[in-house]
Amino acid sequence: MTENKFSSIKPRMTKTESLVEASRCLFCHDAPCIRACPTSIDVPMFIRQIMTHNVKGAAKTIFTQNILGKSCAHVCPTEVLCEGACVYNHLNERPINIGRLQACATDWAIENNICFFKKGLPTNKKIAVVGGGPAGLACAHRLTVLGHDVVVYEANEKAGGLNTYGVAPYKYTNKDSLQEVNYISEIGFEIKTNTPVNNAMIHELEKKYDAIFLGTGLGKSKKLNVSGENLKGVCGASEFIYELRKKEQKISVGEKVIVLGGGNTAIDAAVESSKLGADVTVIYRRSEKEQNAYFFEVELAKKNNVKFIYLASPLEILGKETTEGLKCIKNKLEKKNGSKKSEIIPIKDSEFVIPCNMVILATGQEKMINFYSSIPDLELNNGKILVNNFFQTKNPKYFAGGDCINGGKEVVNAVADGRDAACGIHEYLMKGKFNG
Amino acid sequence: MADLKTNFAGIECPNPFWLASAPPTNTGYQVMNAFCAGWGGAVWKTLGKPVVNVSSRYSAVSYKNSRMIGLNNIELITDRPLEINLKEMKEVKERFPKHALIASMMFETKEEWQDCVKRCEDIGIDGFELNFGCPHGMCERGMGSAVGQNPDVCERITSWVTEVAKKPVIVKLTPNVTDITKPALAAQRGGAKAVSLINTINSVTGINIDTMEPNPSVGGLSTHGGYCGPAVKPIALNMLSEVRNHPDFHLPVSGIGGIESWQDAVEFFLMGASTVQVCTAVMHYGFRIIGDLKEGLNDYLDSHKMKKVSDLTGIAAKKLRKWEELDLNYKIIAHISPDTCIGCQLCYAACEDGAHQSITLVPGVRVPKIKEDTCVGCNLCSLVCPVENCITMVPAGAGKPKLVWADHPKNPNQLKSYKSLT
Ligand SMILES: Cc1cc2nc3c(=O)[nH]c(=O)nc-3n(C[C@H](O)[C@H](O)[C@H](O)COP(=O)(O)OP(=O)(O)OC[C@H]3O[C@@H](n4cnc5c(N)ncnc54)[C@H](O)[C@@H]3O)c2cc1C
Ligand SMILES: Cc1cc2nc3c(=O)[nH]c(=O)nc-3n(C[C@H](O)[C@H](O)[C@H](O)COP(=O)(O)O)c2cc1C
Ligand code: SF4
Repeated sequence: MTENKFSSIKPRMTKTESLVEASRCLFCHDAPCIRACPTSIDVPMFIRQIMTHNVKGAAKTIFTQNILGKSCAHVCPTEVLCEGACVYNHLNERPINIGRLQACATDWAIENNICFFKKGLPTNKKIAVVGGGPAGLACAHRLTVLGHDVVVYEANEKAGGLNTYGVAPYKYTNKDSLQEVNYISEIGFEIKTNTPVNNAMIHELEKKYDAIFLGTGLGKSKKLNVSGENLKGVCGASEFIYELRKKEQKISVGEKVIVLGGGNTAIDAAVESSKLGADVTVIYRRSEKEQNAYFFEVELAKKNNVKFIYLASPLEILGKETTEGLKCIKNKLEKKNGSKKSEIIPIKDSEFVIPCNMVILATGQEKMINFYSSIPDLELNNGKILVNNFFQTKNPKYFAGGDCINGGKEVVNAVADGRDAACGIHEYLMKGKFNG
Repeated sequence: MADLKTNFAGIECPNPFWLASAPPTNTGYQVMNAFCAGWGGAVWKTLGKPVVNVSSRYSAVSYKNSRMIGLNNIELITDRPLEINLKEMKEVKERFPKHALIASMMFETKEEWQDCVKRCEDIGIDGFELNFGCPHGMCERGMGSAVGQNPDVCERITSWVTEVAKKPVIVKLTPNVTDITKPALAAQRGGAKAVSLINTINSVTGINIDTMEPNPSVGGLSTHGGYCGPAVKPIALNMLSEVRNHPDFHLPVSGIGGIESWQDAVEFFLMGASTVQVCTAVMHYGFRIIGDLKEGLNDYLDSHKMKKVSDLTGIAAKKLRKWEELDLNYKIIAHISPDTCIGCQLCYAACEDGAHQSITLVPGVRVPKIKEDTCVGCNLCSLVCPVENCITMVPAGAGKPKLVWADHPKNPNQLKSYKSLT
């Protein structure tokens, strides 16, 4: 049953479907979809190639720009990226289903193990990549194409980062992610899993390697700092999803689950809990239109019977040993002159209690400040690693990309960063370009 | 309500939509179904001496999402015994006395032709269509397009039939000629009361690049076929205009070739046809398309305050002239409506790479700009634009008097004014 509930929300197109859809593409000049893709995939070209039955060529077009084109095809919020830019939107016509067409080509290439790249002529430069997520993998792949020797250090048992341990399983499965990791690394770079790089180890790496790329993503879920947070049944969203992905959805949830937060992670945790059988309520302190979650994600949650309470903040998690309820207070918003966001004002005597056996905190993730502080000269901004246009940090030997520099965006942004950071590292190592 | 009743060369029918001689008119069962559905006439699948057909028989051209924009066949004439065909034709005529039932024929000797004419008239058919058009198989035996391509033979065989026939004789012409007016005039000389055009066009629709065999494959070999369907309509319209506009040709014409919608039919009428015949569209969608064909034609006539189909005949043919008669001072240029433009910039690519470099892009703006001083008014941008009425062609430099090539200063041999001729 659960297997079924978590089946893909963007199922594979049949060949006919893909041909019909591909032939709708207008082949725009200077196409807006290309511009909207952070990795600038030549979308009209690969769609045309699908239309002419040249699926292999389509896959090559995609992978040339984005080696994680498969996971992006499945997990990208295309509605606000390429498909959102499709000119058909201006015609009040359905945009081209770019994501699913991209999946046709990339799924095919990976299932048939058709590789388009090989290791470049050796440069004898060694680079360590810390983090085997989308940013790290994209960086390692491009560096290998450029001829460098690369080793990826990954703390988890398996590589793939949040593709393996974070994104919703009804978008991307463990099998998909691991198959993709194998496909990418086959070009010839090593991935050392179960190998967290700690403060001591980073200095060893620094001696051994010519450059280091940090693709470490974000840290643990943030705490709320309310009483009852240590009760059984309270957990962080990323930790909850990590367990879910690791155990391939074979976990149990409370009967009544409350998810706190208004972002996409909150929605994912809510939908996943609902699919596991819980009665789920999302509580967000601001109003509906201020939530960060995409409208189509909220729609998905509503379809999965998730309820929403807006304008309420948690005060206390109730219970003796296990979670029994959540005490909240209602909020109102007041616009302050000059500030963009309105201020949250708790409404006096408006406290209320919702019974529940599980509270999932999806109110953001911490940054790995402790780890970063062990790297000399690394400069941070709000916990995010600061880089220049070449993705080089203030310490010239270190480069960084992905969630650890942008504070948490999408897989495709991490891929673009990783790929371009590889070019930055190449320039730095081969031409001695320095942080200016 | 306009009156769709038509008299074609003396043949009465409830409407001008006929089924062309082809698989939809193979049997009495089909023709009765067609008449029940509303078709006004049917030209029976060509009668002749016994033949055997191959398998497979058809292949097609599909374009993007559109299946079968062109159809190719290597079928011969009817492969059913003449007696059975005549028996079923009789049954049809008895049940549908007001509908036009035409016998299509293809024979070799004078005796064979004349014998069939008599047997058909005995069962009460309304007219004959002589198949001088089949471009494959039968022509190898000296029939079909082999006749249509030779005006003398065309005239002779026509006269064999008209000698004995009491009912009107239509000659169906092949498009596989350089000048369609030659066989049309030959048919007229032979005593035909009308012509129909076009039959199918010589074609090879494609090759299976896996097996390297041309389509359709008959055990690994193929033969060229006859092309029809929406793709051939422009060729048919042109040939129709050529016979219609020939000063010596006076017979009514039944238009055939790629007709699928009532608009197509209206175009054939405007170009000079008096009835139309349909094959591929029925093979694709079935008889029931007739409802829309009749309704659409009727509404069109009503909206133009016309009472009958013949009011349309030939209006557009008169406007199809020699290039030399066109006004070189007439000028239009492209105009892009910024409100409806969706920013695909297909017009830019088309004009820049394929036309006259008269569209520019402004950095940061998706809507392209027309360079009015260099635009030649070719239409290309408006043809590629996916948005209806977004690129329109607007008059420019109005007010100049008409100027034809004969009078143009750039004409190296300005002999005489064409204007004075018209
Ligand atoms: C719940 C959730 C759902 C999401 N859903 C989507 C979605 O549907 N679509 C989408 O596009 N994006 C989604 N995202 C965002 C997306 O997953 C991230 O933007 C993307 O994975 C960032 O890639 P990254 O490589 O920077 O970091 P990560 O994917 O986080 O990878 C970082 C890797 O580094 C490893 N690591 C960290 N520190 C160390 C260390 N010291 N030593 C060794 N290894 C280390 C980690 O174990 C991890 O494998 C989601 C995020 C979350 C949290
Ligand atoms: C606008 C236009 C102009 C053409 N001019 C010429 C020409 O000057 N000389 C020529 O041999 N063919 C000319 N052709 C015919 C093409 O070379 C070609 O034979 C024909 O278009 C069929 O090919 P297609 O179906 O790929 O368009 C022209 C075609 C087009 C569309
Ligand atoms: S009409 Fe022809 S020349 Fe003028 S802008 Fe359009 S494509 Fe260019």
